[in-house]
Amino acid sequence: MLTTRILPCLDVDGGRVVKGVKFQGLRDAGDPVERAVAYEAQGADELVMLDVSATPQGRGNATDTVARVRAELRIPLTVGGGVRTDADAERLLKAGADKVAVNTAAVLDPSFLSRMAERYGSQCTVLSLDAAQRDGGWELVIKSGRERTGKDAVQWAREAAELGAGEIVLTSWDRDGTRSGYDLALMRAISSAVRIPVVASGGAANAQHLVEAAQAGASALLVASILHDGDTTVGELKDALAAAGLEVRR
Amino acid sequence: MKVLVIDTGTSNLASMLAALTRVGLTPEAITTPDDIESAERVVLPGVGAFGAGMKRLNELGMSEPVRARIEAGRPLLAVCLGLQLLCTSSTESPGVPGLGVLPVTVARFEVAEIVPQLGWNKVTASEGCALLRDGYAYYANSYCLREVPEGWSAAHTHHGERFVAAVERGPVLATQFHPELSGAWGHELMDRWGKAC
Repeated sequence: MLTTRILPCLDVDGGRVVKGVKFQGLRDAGDPVERAVAYEAQGADELVMLDVSATPQGRGNATDTVARVRAELRIPLTVGGGVRTDADAERLLKAGADKVAVNTAAVLDPSFLSRMAERYGSQCTVLSLDAAQRDGGWELVIKSGRERTGKDAVQWAREAAELGAGEIVLTSWDRDGTRSGYDLALMRAISSAVRIPVVASGGAANAQHLVEAAQAGASALLVASILHDGDTTVGELKDALAAAGLEVRR
Repeated sequence: MKVLVIDTGTSNLASMLAALTRVGLTPEAITTPDDIESAERVVLPGVGAFGAGMKRLNELGMSEPVRARIEAGRPLLAVCLGLQLLCTSSTESPGVPGLGVLPVTVARFEVAEIVPQLGWNKVTASEGCALLRDGYAYYANSYCLREVPEGWSAAHTHHGERFVAAVERGPVLATQFHPELSGAWGHELMDRWGKAC
Protein backbone atom coordinates (compact mmCIF):
# COMPACT_ATOMS: atom_id res chain seq x y z
CA MET A 1 0.00 0.00 0.00
CA LEU A 2 1.31 3.46 -0.90
CA THR A 3 2.37 5.50 2.09
CA THR A 4 1.14 9.03 2.76
CA ARG A 5 3.99 11.31 1.72
CA ILE A 6 5.36 14.45 3.32
CA LEU A 7 6.93 16.96 0.92
CA PRO A 8 8.91 19.86 2.34
CA CYS A 9 8.80 22.81 -0.03
CA LEU A 10 11.62 25.33 -0.50
CA ASP A 11 11.00 28.70 -2.14
CA VAL A 12 14.24 29.63 -3.84
CA ASP A 13 15.40 32.97 -5.23
CA GLY A 14 18.87 33.59 -6.62
CA GLY A 15 20.19 30.32 -5.21
CA ARG A 16 18.94 31.01 -1.66
CA VAL A 17 15.92 29.82 0.28
CA VAL A 18 13.58 32.74 0.94
CA LYS A 19 10.31 33.43 2.79
CA GLY A 20 10.78 34.02 6.47
CA VAL A 21 13.14 31.19 7.23
CA LYS A 22 14.21 30.82 10.84
CA PHE A 23 16.04 27.51 10.93
CA GLN A 24 17.04 26.42 14.38
CA GLY A 25 20.66 25.78 15.16
CA LEU A 26 21.89 26.82 11.76
CA ARG A 27 24.03 29.87 11.19
CA ASP A 28 23.40 29.86 7.46
CA ALA A 29 19.65 30.10 7.23
CA GLY A 30 19.07 29.79 3.56
CA ASP A 31 21.23 27.29 1.69
CA PRO A 32 18.89 25.03 -0.34
CA VAL A 33 21.29 22.07 -0.38
CA GLU A 34 21.74 22.17 3.40
CA ARG A 35 17.97 22.33 3.89
CA ALA A 36 17.28 19.58 1.36
CA VAL A 37 19.72 17.20 3.01
CA ALA A 38 18.39 18.02 6.49
CA TYR A 39 14.80 17.31 5.44
CA GLU A 40 15.82 14.03 3.80
CA ALA A 41 17.48 13.03 7.06
CA GLN A 42 14.25 13.90 8.93
CA GLY A 43 12.38 11.45 6.70
CA ALA A 44 11.02 13.65 3.91
CA ASP A 45 9.58 11.52 1.10
CA GLU A 46 10.29 14.02 -1.68
CA LEU A 47 11.46 17.58 -1.96
CA VAL A 48 9.68 20.39 -3.82
CA MET A 49 11.60 23.47 -4.96
CA LEU A 50 9.75 26.51 -6.23
CA ASP A 51 11.70 29.10 -8.16
CA VAL A 52 10.23 32.41 -7.02
CA SER A 53 12.84 34.60 -8.69
CA ALA A 54 11.45 37.24 -11.00
CA THR A 55 14.40 37.77 -13.32
CA PRO A 56 16.11 35.70 -16.05
CA GLN A 57 19.32 35.85 -14.02
CA GLY A 58 17.50 34.44 -11.00
CA ARG A 59 16.13 31.60 -13.11
CA GLY A 60 19.63 30.75 -14.32
CA ASN A 61 20.67 30.49 -10.67
CA ALA A 62 17.69 28.22 -10.04
CA THR A 63 19.03 25.74 -12.61
CA ASP A 64 22.37 25.70 -10.79
CA THR A 65 20.54 25.21 -7.51
CA VAL A 66 18.66 22.21 -8.92
CA ALA A 67 21.97 20.66 -9.99
CA ARG A 68 23.55 21.31 -6.59
CA VAL A 69 20.58 19.82 -4.72
CA ARG A 70 20.46 16.82 -7.09
CA ALA A 71 24.09 15.95 -6.39
CA GLU A 72 23.24 15.43 -2.70
CA LEU A 73 19.55 14.52 -2.53
CA ARG A 74 18.65 10.80 -2.54
CA ILE A 75 14.87 11.25 -2.86
CA PRO A 76 12.71 12.64 -5.69
CA LEU A 77 12.90 16.33 -6.56
CA THR A 78 9.99 18.29 -8.02
CA VAL A 79 10.75 21.74 -9.41
CA GLY A 80 8.21 24.40 -10.30
CA GLY A 81 7.73 28.14 -10.52
CA GLY A 82 8.00 30.13 -13.71
CA VAL A 83 7.93 27.13 -16.04
CA ARG A 84 6.62 28.75 -19.23
CA THR A 85 8.04 26.78 -22.15
CA ASP A 86 9.06 23.27 -23.18
CA ALA A 87 12.66 24.50 -22.99
CA ASP A 88 12.16 25.51 -19.33
CA ALA A 89 10.97 22.00 -18.49
CA GLU A 90 13.85 20.40 -20.35
CA ARG A 91 16.41 22.66 -18.67
CA LEU A 92 15.14 21.70 -15.19
CA LEU A 93 14.97 17.98 -15.97
CA LYS A 94 18.49 18.00 -17.39
CA ALA A 95 19.70 19.77 -14.25
CA GLY A 96 18.28 16.95 -12.12
CA ALA A 97 14.57 17.47 -11.44
CA ASP A 98 12.53 14.25 -11.49
CA LYS A 99 9.22 16.05 -11.96
CA VAL A 100 8.31 19.49 -13.25
CA ALA A 101 5.30 21.41 -11.96
CA VAL A 102 3.43 23.65 -14.38
CA ASN A 103 0.75 26.15 -13.40
CA THR A 104 -0.18 29.26 -15.43
CA ALA A 105 1.46 28.02 -18.64
CA ALA A 106 -0.76 24.91 -18.64
CA VAL A 107 -3.90 27.00 -18.19
CA LEU A 108 -2.93 29.30 -21.06
CA ASP A 109 -1.92 26.34 -23.27
CA PRO A 110 -3.31 22.98 -22.04
CA SER A 111 -1.37 21.10 -24.75
CA PHE A 112 1.74 21.92 -22.71
CA LEU A 113 0.69 19.08 -20.37
CA SER A 114 0.15 16.56 -23.15
CA ARG A 115 3.47 17.44 -24.77
CA MET A 116 5.30 16.95 -21.47
CA ALA A 117 3.50 13.67 -20.74
CA GLU A 118 4.28 12.35 -24.19
CA ARG A 119 7.95 13.28 -24.03
CA TYR A 120 8.79 12.53 -20.39
CA GLY A 121 5.83 10.53 -19.11
CA SER A 122 2.93 11.38 -16.80
CA GLN A 123 4.99 10.57 -13.71
CA CYS A 124 7.10 13.62 -14.57
CA THR A 125 4.20 15.96 -15.36
CA VAL A 126 2.82 17.74 -12.33
CA LEU A 127 -0.04 20.23 -12.49
CA SER A 128 0.10 22.97 -9.92
CA LEU A 129 -3.51 24.06 -9.42
CA ASP A 130 -4.51 27.18 -7.46
CA ALA A 131 -8.17 27.46 -6.52
CA ALA A 132 -10.28 30.11 -4.78
CA GLN A 133 -13.77 29.70 -3.32
CA ARG A 134 -16.68 30.93 -5.40
CA ASP A 135 -20.43 30.44 -4.68
CA GLY A 136 -20.47 26.81 -3.63
CA GLY A 137 -17.52 25.84 -5.80
CA TRP A 138 -13.94 26.78 -6.65
CA GLU A 139 -12.57 28.96 -9.35
CA LEU A 140 -9.21 28.36 -10.98
CA VAL A 141 -6.83 31.28 -10.38
CA ILE A 142 -3.47 31.92 -12.08
CA LYS A 143 -0.48 34.24 -11.95
CA SER A 144 0.10 33.64 -8.24
CA GLY A 145 -3.56 34.26 -7.46
CA ARG A 146 -3.67 37.68 -9.10
CA GLU A 147 -5.89 36.63 -11.97
CA ARG A 148 -9.23 34.81 -11.86
CA THR A 149 -9.95 32.63 -14.87
CA GLY A 150 -13.69 32.01 -14.55
CA LYS A 151 -12.86 28.33 -15.01
CA ASP A 152 -14.11 25.65 -12.62
CA ALA A 153 -11.18 24.16 -10.68
CA VAL A 154 -12.65 20.63 -10.49
CA GLN A 155 -13.31 20.57 -14.22
CA TRP A 156 -9.75 21.76 -14.90
CA ALA A 157 -8.34 18.99 -12.70
CA ARG A 158 -10.28 16.42 -14.75
CA GLU A 159 -9.08 17.91 -18.03
CA ALA A 160 -5.46 18.04 -16.86
CA ALA A 161 -5.53 14.38 -15.81
CA GLU A 162 -6.91 13.44 -19.23
CA LEU A 163 -4.18 15.49 -20.92
CA GLY A 164 -1.54 13.48 -19.09
CA ALA A 165 -0.79 15.18 -15.78
CA GLY A 166 0.38 12.48 -13.35
CA GLU A 167 -0.06 14.42 -10.13
CA ILE A 168 -1.80 17.57 -8.91
CA VAL A 169 -0.41 19.94 -6.31
CA LEU A 170 -3.56 21.62 -5.03
CA THR A 171 -3.29 25.00 -3.34
CA SER A 172 -6.22 26.74 -1.71
CA TRP A 173 -5.79 30.41 -2.40
CA ASP A 174 -8.10 31.22 0.53
CA ARG A 175 -5.96 29.25 2.98
CA ASP A 176 -2.39 29.68 1.73
CA GLY A 177 -0.24 31.26 4.41
CA THR A 178 -3.16 31.54 6.88
CA ARG A 179 -2.17 28.54 9.00
CA SER A 180 -5.87 27.73 9.36
CA GLY A 181 -5.66 24.27 7.78
CA TYR A 182 -6.09 22.99 4.23
CA ASP A 183 -9.43 23.51 2.45
CA LEU A 184 -10.79 20.00 3.03
CA ALA A 185 -13.93 20.36 0.92
CA LEU A 186 -11.75 21.39 -2.02
CA MET A 187 -9.47 18.39 -1.43
CA ARG A 188 -12.48 16.04 -1.37
CA ALA A 189 -13.90 17.53 -4.56
CA ILE A 190 -10.64 17.31 -6.53
CA SER A 191 -9.38 13.94 -5.26
CA SER A 192 -12.71 12.28 -5.98
CA ALA A 193 -12.82 13.78 -9.49
CA VAL A 194 -9.48 12.28 -10.64
CA ARG A 195 -7.57 9.00 -10.26
CA ILE A 196 -4.12 10.61 -10.12
CA PRO A 197 -2.53 11.50 -6.76
CA VAL A 198 -3.40 14.90 -5.28
CA VAL A 199 -0.99 16.79 -3.01
CA ALA A 200 -2.47 19.17 -0.42
CA SER A 201 -0.75 22.56 -0.21
CA GLY A 202 -1.37 25.82 1.59
CA GLY A 203 -2.59 26.41 5.11
CA ALA A 204 -1.05 23.75 7.34
CA ALA A 205 -0.22 24.88 10.88
CA ASN A 206 0.01 21.54 12.68
CA ALA A 207 0.01 17.77 12.34
CA GLN A 208 -3.76 17.54 12.76
CA HIS A 209 -4.21 19.60 9.59
CA LEU A 210 -2.11 17.04 7.71
CA VAL A 211 -4.12 14.13 9.10
CA GLU A 212 -7.38 15.81 8.04
CA ALA A 213 -6.12 16.44 4.49
CA ALA A 214 -4.96 12.82 4.12
CA GLN A 215 -8.34 11.61 5.36
CA ALA A 216 -10.00 13.94 2.82
CA GLY A 217 -8.15 12.21 -0.02
CA ALA A 218 -4.68 13.75 -0.23
CA SER A 219 -1.93 11.31 -1.26
CA ALA A 220 0.74 13.68 -0.03
CA LEU A 221 1.11 16.81 2.08
CA LEU A 222 3.23 19.76 1.07
CA VAL A 223 4.65 21.55 4.10
CA ALA A 224 6.73 24.73 4.25
CA SER A 225 6.70 27.29 7.04
CA ILE A 226 6.01 24.97 9.98
CA LEU A 227 9.17 23.06 9.07
CA HIS A 228 11.25 26.10 8.13
CA ASP A 229 10.32 27.87 11.37
CA GLY A 230 11.36 24.82 13.37
CA ASP A 231 7.88 24.35 14.86
CA THR A 232 8.05 20.65 14.08
CA THR A 233 9.99 18.02 12.10
CA VAL A 234 9.04 15.63 9.32
CA GLY A 235 9.51 12.81 11.83
CA GLU A 236 7.00 14.31 14.27
CA LEU A 237 4.48 14.86 11.49
CA LYS A 238 4.86 11.23 10.42
CA ASP A 239 4.32 10.09 14.02
CA ALA A 240 1.01 11.96 14.00
CA LEU A 241 -0.06 10.48 10.66
CA ALA A 242 0.82 6.97 11.88
CA ALA A 243 -1.08 7.52 15.14
CA ALA A 244 -4.14 8.37 13.02
CA GLY A 245 -3.83 5.02 11.27
CA LEU A 246 -2.19 6.26 8.06
CA GLU A 247 0.74 4.32 6.64
CA VAL A 248 4.01 6.26 6.45
CA ARG A 249 7.57 5.39 5.48
CA ARG A 250 9.87 5.32 8.50
CA MET B 1 34.55 1.38 -11.28
CA LYS B 2 33.16 2.65 -14.57
CA VAL B 3 29.45 2.19 -15.31
CA LEU B 4 27.94 2.88 -18.72
CA VAL B 5 24.48 4.41 -18.49
CA ILE B 6 22.35 4.11 -21.60
CA ASP B 7 20.94 7.53 -22.48
CA THR B 8 17.41 6.73 -23.61
CA GLY B 9 16.73 10.43 -24.12
CA THR B 10 13.68 10.65 -21.88
CA SER B 11 14.82 9.32 -18.54
CA ASN B 12 15.76 11.16 -15.36
CA LEU B 13 19.39 10.61 -16.27
CA ALA B 14 20.79 13.25 -13.91
CA SER B 15 19.31 11.48 -10.88
CA MET B 16 20.77 8.14 -11.95
CA LEU B 17 24.23 9.59 -12.64
CA ALA B 18 24.23 11.39 -9.28
CA ALA B 19 23.20 8.26 -7.37
CA LEU B 20 25.84 6.06 -9.04
CA THR B 21 28.46 8.66 -8.16
CA ARG B 22 27.26 8.71 -4.54
CA VAL B 23 27.80 4.95 -4.20
CA GLY B 24 31.38 5.31 -5.43
CA LEU B 25 30.94 4.30 -9.08
CA THR B 26 32.02 6.33 -12.11
CA PRO B 27 29.06 6.69 -14.47
CA GLU B 28 29.27 7.69 -18.10
CA ALA B 29 26.21 8.31 -20.28
CA ILE B 30 26.36 6.63 -23.69
CA THR B 31 24.34 6.85 -26.90
CA THR B 32 26.33 4.32 -28.95
CA PRO B 33 26.23 0.52 -28.53
CA ASP B 34 29.93 -0.21 -29.10
CA ASP B 35 31.03 -0.74 -25.51
CA ILE B 36 27.88 -2.32 -24.08
CA GLU B 37 29.07 -5.91 -24.32
CA SER B 38 32.59 -5.28 -23.04
CA ALA B 39 31.75 -2.80 -20.23
CA GLU B 40 32.17 -3.89 -16.63
CA ARG B 41 28.75 -2.57 -15.68
CA VAL B 42 25.76 -1.20 -17.58
CA VAL B 43 22.63 0.63 -16.43
CA LEU B 44 19.44 0.74 -18.49
CA PRO B 45 17.31 3.49 -16.95
CA GLY B 46 14.13 4.73 -18.48
CA VAL B 47 10.89 6.51 -17.98
CA GLY B 48 8.13 7.15 -20.48
CA ALA B 49 6.23 4.86 -22.80
CA PHE B 50 7.18 1.27 -23.74
CA GLY B 51 6.90 1.82 -27.50
CA ALA B 52 9.04 4.96 -27.46
CA GLY B 53 11.63 3.23 -25.28
CA MET B 54 11.95 0.22 -27.61
CA LYS B 55 12.08 2.47 -30.67
CA ARG B 56 14.96 4.39 -29.15
CA LEU B 57 16.89 1.22 -28.16
CA ASN B 58 16.45 -0.21 -31.65
CA GLU B 59 17.44 3.04 -33.38
CA LEU B 60 20.60 3.24 -31.30
CA GLY B 61 21.41 -0.40 -32.12
CA MET B 62 21.40 -1.30 -28.43
CA SER B 63 18.77 -4.03 -28.28
CA GLU B 64 21.06 -6.91 -29.28
CA PRO B 65 24.04 -5.98 -27.07
CA VAL B 66 21.78 -5.49 -24.03
CA ARG B 67 20.04 -8.82 -24.63
CA ALA B 68 23.39 -10.59 -25.12
CA ARG B 69 24.75 -9.09 -21.90
CA ILE B 70 21.83 -10.29 -19.82
CA GLU B 71 21.88 -13.76 -21.35
CA ALA B 72 25.59 -13.98 -20.57
CA GLY B 73 24.89 -12.97 -16.95
CA ARG B 74 27.06 -9.84 -17.10
CA PRO B 75 26.39 -7.06 -14.52
CA LEU B 76 23.45 -4.88 -15.52
CA LEU B 77 20.90 -2.77 -13.67
CA ALA B 78 17.57 -2.02 -15.39
CA VAL B 79 15.22 0.49 -13.77
CA CYS B 80 11.48 1.14 -14.17
CA LEU B 81 10.77 1.19 -17.93
CA GLY B 82 14.20 -0.47 -18.23
CA LEU B 83 12.77 -3.55 -16.49
CA GLN B 84 9.64 -3.52 -18.66
CA LEU B 85 11.69 -3.32 -21.88
CA LEU B 86 13.30 -6.67 -20.95
CA CYS B 87 9.87 -8.37 -21.21
CA THR B 88 8.14 -9.72 -24.32
CA SER B 89 5.49 -7.00 -24.70
CA SER B 90 3.35 -4.42 -22.91
CA THR B 91 -0.33 -3.52 -23.19
CA GLU B 92 0.90 0.08 -23.19
CA SER B 93 2.17 -0.31 -26.77
CA PRO B 94 0.38 -3.28 -28.40
CA GLY B 95 2.29 -4.94 -31.22
CA VAL B 96 5.70 -3.64 -30.12
CA PRO B 97 8.04 -6.51 -29.19
CA GLY B 98 10.26 -6.02 -26.15
CA LEU B 99 13.74 -7.49 -25.71
CA GLY B 100 12.14 -10.73 -24.55
CA VAL B 101 14.89 -11.67 -22.08
CA LEU B 102 12.20 -11.99 -19.43
CA PRO B 103 9.46 -14.21 -20.93
CA VAL B 104 6.60 -12.34 -19.24
CA THR B 105 4.27 -9.51 -20.26
CA VAL B 106 3.61 -6.04 -18.86
CA ALA B 107 0.12 -4.67 -18.17
CA ARG B 108 -1.55 -1.68 -16.56
CA PHE B 109 -2.56 -1.67 -12.88
CA GLU B 110 -6.16 -2.87 -12.87
CA VAL B 111 -7.35 -2.79 -9.29
CA ALA B 112 -5.67 0.24 -7.72
CA GLU B 113 -7.77 3.36 -7.24
CA ILE B 114 -4.87 5.72 -7.92
CA VAL B 115 -2.76 5.36 -11.08
CA PRO B 116 0.10 6.16 -11.65
CA GLN B 117 1.52 4.61 -8.53
CA LEU B 118 3.51 7.63 -7.43
CA GLY B 119 5.24 7.38 -4.09
CA TRP B 120 6.76 5.02 -1.56
CA ASN B 121 5.60 1.44 -1.17
CA LYS B 122 6.76 -1.59 0.78
CA VAL B 123 9.05 -4.13 -0.91
CA THR B 124 9.21 -7.72 0.34
CA ALA B 125 12.10 -9.80 -0.97
CA SER B 126 11.80 -13.56 -1.37
CA GLU B 127 14.28 -15.92 0.30
CA GLY B 128 16.32 -16.55 -2.84
CA CYS B 129 17.31 -12.88 -3.22
CA ALA B 130 20.98 -11.95 -2.75
CA LEU B 131 20.78 -8.24 -3.61
CA LEU B 132 17.17 -7.31 -2.83
CA ARG B 133 16.03 -6.73 0.76
CA ASP B 134 12.81 -5.64 2.47
CA GLY B 135 12.18 -1.91 2.74
CA TYR B 136 10.40 1.08 1.23
CA ALA B 137 11.03 2.01 -2.40
CA TYR B 138 9.98 4.97 -4.54
CA TYR B 139 7.75 4.11 -7.51
CA ALA B 140 6.48 6.07 -10.50
CA ASN B 141 4.63 3.61 -12.75
CA SER B 142 1.26 2.80 -14.30
CA TYR B 143 2.28 -0.60 -15.71
CA CYS B 144 3.79 -3.64 -14.01
CA LEU B 145 4.79 -7.32 -14.25
CA ARG B 146 2.68 -9.83 -12.37
CA GLU B 147 4.60 -13.03 -13.08
CA VAL B 148 8.15 -13.90 -12.06
CA PRO B 149 10.18 -15.32 -14.96
CA GLU B 150 11.62 -18.77 -14.32
CA GLY B 151 15.15 -18.81 -12.96
CA TRP B 152 14.92 -15.34 -11.40
CA SER B 153 14.50 -14.38 -7.74
CA ALA B 154 11.95 -11.67 -7.04
CA ALA B 155 10.65 -9.09 -4.60
CA HIS B 156 6.99 -8.06 -4.52
CA THR B 157 4.85 -5.02 -3.66
CA HIS B 158 1.10 -4.38 -3.36
CA HIS B 159 -0.68 -1.59 -5.20
CA GLY B 160 -4.28 -2.74 -5.36
CA GLU B 161 -2.82 -6.10 -6.38
CA ARG B 162 0.48 -7.92 -5.91
CA PHE B 163 3.08 -7.15 -8.56
CA VAL B 164 6.78 -7.74 -9.21
CA ALA B 165 8.90 -5.08 -7.49
CA ALA B 166 12.18 -6.40 -8.87
CA VAL B 167 13.93 -9.48 -10.18
CA GLU B 168 17.55 -10.57 -9.90
CA ARG B 169 19.76 -13.29 -11.36
CA GLY B 170 23.40 -13.08 -10.37
CA PRO B 171 24.66 -9.56 -11.10
CA VAL B 172 21.66 -8.73 -13.29
CA LEU B 173 19.12 -6.68 -11.32
CA ALA B 174 15.93 -5.20 -12.75
CA THR B 175 13.71 -3.02 -10.58
CA GLN B 176 10.26 -1.52 -11.13
CA PHE B 177 11.00 1.06 -8.44
CA HIS B 178 13.68 3.76 -8.65
CA PRO B 179 16.61 2.78 -6.41
CA GLU B 180 18.30 6.07 -7.32
CA LEU B 181 15.40 7.94 -5.65
CA SER B 182 14.79 5.50 -2.79
CA GLY B 183 16.91 7.18 -0.14
CA ALA B 184 19.44 5.21 1.92
CA TRP B 185 17.68 1.89 1.22
CA GLY B 186 17.91 2.37 -2.55
CA HIS B 187 21.51 3.48 -2.41
CA GLU B 188 22.49 0.44 -0.32
CA LEU B 189 20.89 -1.75 -3.00
CA MET B 190 22.85 0.04 -5.74
CA ASP B 191 26.00 -0.36 -3.70
CA ARG B 192 25.42 -4.14 -3.41
CA TRP B 193 24.76 -4.32 -7.16
CA GLY B 194 27.95 -2.31 -7.79
CA LYS B 195 29.93 -5.02 -6.00
CA ALA B 196 28.03 -8.07 -7.29
CA CYS B 197 29.69 -10.40 -9.76
